[in-house]
Amino acid sequence: MIIPKLPLDVAIDTFIDYTTQNFSFITKSISSVMEIGINTVNDALMFIPPLLLIILFVGLAWYFSTRGIAVFTTIGLLLIWNLGLWAASISTLTLVIIATFLSILAGIPLGILAALNNRARRVIMPILDFMQTMPAFVYLIPAIPFFGLGVVSAVFTTVVFSMPPAIRLTCLGIQQVPEQYIEAADSFGATKKQKLFQIQLPLATPTIMAGINQTIMLALSMVVIAAMIGAGGLGGEVWRAIQRLRPGMGFEAGIAVVIMAIILDRITQNIRKQSE
Amino acid sequence: MVKIKVENVYKIFGTNIKPALKMVKEGATKSAILEKTGSAVGVVNASFEVYDKETLVIMGLSGSGKSTLLRCINRLFEPSSGKVTIDGVDVTSLSDEELRKFRQHKFGMVFQQFALFPNKTVLENAYFGLEIRKADKEECIERGLEALDMVGLKGWADYYPSQLSGGMQQRVGLARALAIDPDILLMDEAFSALDPLIRAEMQDELLSLEDKVKKTIVFITHDLNEALKIGDRIILMKDGKIVQIGTPEEILTNPATEYVEKFVENVDLTRVLTAKDVMVRGSSITYGKDGPKTALHTMKEKGISSIFVVDKSKNFKGIVAAENAKQAVERGEQDLSNIIDEIKDLRVLPESPLQEIMPVIADSKYPLVVVDDDNRLLGMIARGSVIAGLVERGGAQ
Repeated sequence: MIIPKLPLDVAIDTFIDYTTQNFSFITKSISSVMEIGINTVNDALMFIPPLLLIILFVGLAWYFSTRGIAVFTTIGLLLIWNLGLWAASISTLTLVIIATFLSILAGIPLGILAALNNRARRVIMPILDFMQTMPAFVYLIPAIPFFGLGVVSAVFTTVVFSMPPAIRLTCLGIQQVPEQYIEAADSFGATKKQKLFQIQLPLATPTIMAGINQTIMLALSMVVIAAMIGAGGLGGEVWRAIQRLRPGMGFEAGIAVVIMAIILDRITQNIRKQSE
Repeated sequence: MVKIKVENVYKIFGTNIKPALKMVKEGATKSAILEKTGSAVGVVNASFEVYDKETLVIMGLSGSGKSTLLRCINRLFEPSSGKVTIDGVDVTSLSDEELRKFRQHKFGMVFQQFALFPNKTVLENAYFGLEIRKADKEECIERGLEALDMVGLKGWADYYPSQLSGGMQQRVGLARALAIDPDILLMDEAFSALDPLIRAEMQDELLSLEDKVKKTIVFITHDLNEALKIGDRIILMKDGKIVQIGTPEEILTNPATEYVEKFVENVDLTRVLTAKDVMVRGSSITYGKDGPKTALHTMKEKGISSIFVVDKSKNFKGIVAAENAKQAVERGEQDLSNIIDEIKDLRVLPESPLQEIMPVIADSKYPLVVVDDDNRLLGMIARGSVIAGLVERGGAQ
C-alpha cells in the first residue's frame, strides 16, 4: 500500500504566498525604514577613522576585561584592518548590533512575561524550541519574499535565530530569584511591579547579561550565514571565497569573524561578571 | 485585649485540598492523608488568641507546622479553612489588594535566613517597607536610620548585607521590620541561624526593645530555652496540632501531655528558675538595736557563720561574720558599724535567673542576699539552696 505524501510543503508555500501577497506591503515598508536605519549605523561606524575605533574598542576591553584581552583586541583589529576586511567587518558589526538590539528589545519583556505568567510560558517555550532547532538556513527562504534580498532579511533571520537565549535566560534569571526574597517582599505588602523592579530584575541581571552575551554570539554566527541572501560583510567574503574556491581568502574572512567573536564575547562576559 | 484571634485554622499543601481537609477533620493521620490524596498536612485545627502587646512563642520541632501557622496569620500561606481576625478585621476575607495594604501597616516580619535583599544597602533594606508604602525619600531615610540606630547599627547604613556578620544581618532584618512601626512583629525562627552567644545577645536585645517599643510579638522557635526566656505565653505544637498553651511556668510545672513532658525534660533549669525560686529565709538582726553580742548569740543558736543586718524598716544594711563579731565583743564594742560588710556585689533581685547567680555564689564566702527594688531583705541563697532548688524542681517534673 502506498501512503500518499502529505502536501505539507504545498500548504506552507500557499500560506507564505498568501501572506506575502496580502501583507508584504507592510513588511516591505518596514524593510525600507530599517534599511535606512542600518545604513545610517553603518555609515556612522565607517565615518569614524579605523584607528580611532580600534582605540575605542581597546579602551572598552581594558575597562571591562583584562589587559590581555585589550592587547588581543589591538592586534586582532589591526590585523583585520591590514587584511583589507575593515569595511566588511564594520558591516557585519552593524548587523550584529542592530539584531542584538532588536532581540533584547523583544526578548527581555517576553522573558519577564514568561517568568511571571505560567500560561504565557507554556506558549512561549515550545515556540523557542522550534525557533532554535529549525535549521537556520530555512528562515532565509521566506525572509526574501517579505523583506527582499539584502540586509533587512538578514537582520530578520538573525533576530529569529538569536532571540531565544535572551528570552530563556531572562525567564530563568527571574525564576531563580530565591523564594525567601519574594516572601520577604510579600510580607511587607509589595506589588508585583515593586517586586519586579526592586528585587527580581536586579537579582536576575547577571543571568540576563549571560543571555545577552549568548544572543550576541548567535547573532554573529547567523549574520555570517545570512550572507547567502545578500547580507554582505564578512559572510559575503566567505561566500565569495567558496564560489571562487579560494581557501586562503575564505580563511582570512573566517579569522576576522573569530577575532570579532572573541572581542565581543570577552567584553560582554565581563560586563556580566561586574554586574554580579 | 485580644489582638490576633485564630479560629480553627487548617492548612493543607497540595492540589487535592478538599478531600484531604475532610480526612483531617475525620481524624486521619498525616501519612494516611499523604498516601491517599498526595496532600501534605501543615496545620490542624489551630485556635488561639494573642493578646495586645504580649510576646507569644510558638514552639515545636521542625515539621511541627509552627512556621506554617505563622504564615497563616499574615496569609503568606492561605489557610485552607478557618478564620484569622486581627483588631476585629477578618484577615481571611480580605481581597488581595486589601491584604497588601493591611500587611504594609500591620506586620513587620523577621526571617530565619534574614532574607535581606543583597542588591540593596543596609539602609535601603531597613526602609524597604516604607518604600513599598510609597513614603517619600526623606521619610524613608530618616526612619530607616532611626530603626538602624535602635538595633545598634548606626554607621553601617551604606554597607551591603554580605559585608555584615550573621548577627548584624539579623539586626538589619529586625530594623527592616521595626522601621514601618508595625503593631505586630512576626518572627520566624529569627535567631535560630545565629551562634549561641550572638543568639543570647539578640534575645536580650529583643527583650529590651520590647520594653521600649511595646509590640505584639509572635515568635517562632524550636528552642525551649529561648521560648522560656522570651515568651509571655508559649504554644507547643506537634504534627501540626497545638498540644499546650500556657505561661512558661505552666508548661514547665504542668506539662499537658507526655510529649510536652519529654520536651521539657531537657530544659536547662538554671535559665528558668530565678532567685526567688531557690531563696530561703535568712536570719537577721536589727541595726542600732542589736550589738555584736546579740549577733554572736543568734549565730551560735542557729548554727550559722554570718548574719544579715537590716535597719528598723527592714532595709538591708549588710552582713556580719561570726569571727568579726567575736573580735568586736573582745574589743568591747557596742555597735556593729566597724564589723558590718555591705556586700554590694552579692545583692540580687528576686527575678535574676539562676544562670547569672551561680558564678557569683561560687566565688563568694558569704551567701547571696535577695533584695527587692527598694532594698528590702527578702531572703538568702547559699550554695546548698541552689542545688536543693534544682533537685526539687527537677523532681517535680
